[in-house]
Amino acid sequence: IVDEATFTTNEYALHKLDEGPSQTVTVTRDDALKYYRQMQTIRRMETAAGNLYKSKVIRGFCHLYSGQEACAVGMEAALTPDDHVITAYRAHGWTYTRGVPPVNILAELTGRKTGCAKGKGGSMHMYGKNFYGGNGIVGAQVPLGAGIALALKYTGSNNVCVALYGDGAANQGQVFETYNMAKLWDLPVIFVCENNGYGMGTAVERASASTDYYTRGDYVPGIRADGMDVLAVREATRFAAEWCRSGKGPMLLEVATYRYHGHSMSDPGTTYRPREEIQEMRKTRDPITGLREKLISANIATAEEMKQIDLDVRAEIDKAVEQAKTDPELPVEEMYTDIFVDEPPFKVRGTNPFMYGMSK
Amino acid sequence: AQMTVRDALNTAMNEEMKRDESVFLLGEEVAEYDGAYKVSRGLWRKYGDKRVMDTPITEMGFAGIAVGAAMAGLKPICEFMTFNFSMQAIDQVINSAAKTFYMSAGKQTVPIVFRGPNGAAAGVAAQHSQCFAAWYGHCPGLKVVSPYSSEDAKGLLKSAIRDPNPVVCMENELMYGTAFEMSDEAMSEEFLVPIGKAKIEREGTHCTLVSHSKSVGLCLEAAQILEKENIFCEVINLRTIRPMDEETLINSVKKTNHLVTVEGGWPQFGVGAEIVAKVMESDAFDYLDSPVYRVTGADIPMPYAATLERATLPGTQDVVLTVKKSLHIQ
Repeated sequence: IVDEATFTTNEYALHKLDEGPSQTVTVTRDDALKYYRQMQTIRRMETAAGNLYKSKVIRGFCHLYSGQEACAVGMEAALTPDDHVITAYRAHGWTYTRGVPPVNILAELTGRKTGCAKGKGGSMHMYGKNFYGGNGIVGAQVPLGAGIALALKYTGSNNVCVALYGDGAANQGQVFETYNMAKLWDLPVIFVCENNGYGMGTAVERASASTDYYTRGDYVPGIRADGMDVLAVREATRFAAEWCRSGKGPMLLEVATYRYHGHSMSDPGTTYRPREEIQEMRKTRDPITGLREKLISANIATAEEMKQIDLDVRAEIDKAVEQAKTDPELPVEEMYTDIFVDEPPFKVRGTNPFMYGMSK
Repeated sequence: AQMTVRDALNTAMNEEMKRDESVFLLGEEVAEYDGAYKVSRGLWRKYGDKRVMDTPITEMGFAGIAVGAAMAGLKPICEFMTFNFSMQAIDQVINSAAKTFYMSAGKQTVPIVFRGPNGAAAGVAAQHSQCFAAWYGHCPGLKVVSPYSSEDAKGLLKSAIRDPNPVVCMENELMYGTAFEMSDEAMSEEFLVPIGKAKIEREGTHCTLVSHSKSVGLCLEAAQILEKENIFCEVINLRTIRPMDEETLINSVKKTNHLVTVEGGWPQFGVGAEIVAKVMESDAFDYLDSPVYRVTGADIPMPYAATLERATLPGTQDVVLTVKKSLHIQ
């Protein structure tokens, strides 16, 4: 067993950059095992969420991150907790890497008071420290992320904001409005297009005149990285973050990834893409299997160790599921709270003229 | 001293920017051009690029950026050149600003002000002449203020900037140049008008007139005309659309037993419609001696031609007529 190992990533594609991130990446044993555990935790948590959905404990929208784990974990590995993140509706994985324990994520999904938003937000609206959600409106989080970056620059912070969106949202007008202002004002924002190949059920080629998302910021430099390789994502993010921290303005990072499940739970995900494609991805490009094989072949960890991590993660998620199923929902009186901050209690109308609640 | 509404708003922003480093202004033409309506005159020269930011003509983008900055702890004043253009950005106002505190169960605040001219302008036709009070007033999580006088404008905008919640401040394009008397108190840097509290502009006993923004002026004119016929109207200036000061409304109705609402916006689901419903559901209903009537803009998109435009907007005569109808006076 060695303490660290060096790997070669797939090539990056560059836009308006003379040089890009290093293809040679070194990882320590501790970090490697941490990434493995984090990705496995997200995978397990999402599988649990899918099952809870099928048993009707989770309601409404539920967008799973399975397949895309290397994006969140790889990016977090190059960020600090003082950097800021905002993402779209596929938010569970990011909520976890931002520091919210799985039990509070699953409890939010089941609408319980121990949920990270007390059951008021649900799948798409989870928040944490320097984590702004979870936004259910496709593309809306991109200007918000630039605004967070504006605040960072305004206050003289050296931190960056990562604003994530999918390949579907990449065609929203407000995204282009934001590229413009972010470059105009040199905001420290990394625009991250998580390209999983499909915006809902529409393949990228059917929605985008150019599928080179990393080039679509025009005057904003861009990188495309292998989003199924946690180390490539880490390296690309480190490069982009350094770029932003040095005052050069925004950067666009496209991570080529894949989602195993449908767009949401109401989408089996098999009508617009062949089953073989999903199987092939799972077999040849899976971010977790990929890392496991790398670590074993480089002698940085043993199969047994990783098996143990799998078991630990499974136990943790199983326990979290039980709690998420049995914790109570918020009492109805509390539906009237959290409307305004710092406000003396006021009457809030209920569903008939005789029913009122108090805001606090 | 006399002060125009424009200068009152300018003073409010200047004082609050001086007071709090995290307050900044962004919007189209707010900096070098001094504001499309000159409301931000001089602020860019005083505070510089960092705190007075010209944006490109991209409402949804800059409204979102402003909301994001608020989420990260700044206190943006986001100017819409007019609220008509805020429709491009209404998603960010409603879905990102108004709802986030609730969705996050109190974790994430959004201390932002959206401001700009609202309501009918003159000779600019349907796309540039509309009141949005009912639109924003509909949404929980937002506070919505609609000043009439210079004192209102200054005090409400300052309260809005200091408020830790998202506030929509709807000014009136046609009122910017109107001068009002300002008390010494209103001239002070610490002068605030509380959000959520209406103002009784004129006391009366026969009929309550409730209004906001420019229409308050119509009510005051109508009250003056009616006074000559010994009809004494109580004129309430709402000042805040949400949360609405029901108490002041209800107490007044209990006193006058008659209520007429006056606004420039459309009738259906309008501010007046909400007031009627509130009174119907309150114990003030039992005090009414006649039905509540609404004076509103006509239920049509704003026409361009002067004669038609005039006929589309409520005038003093509409208020006088409706008060008399309410009082069963021919």
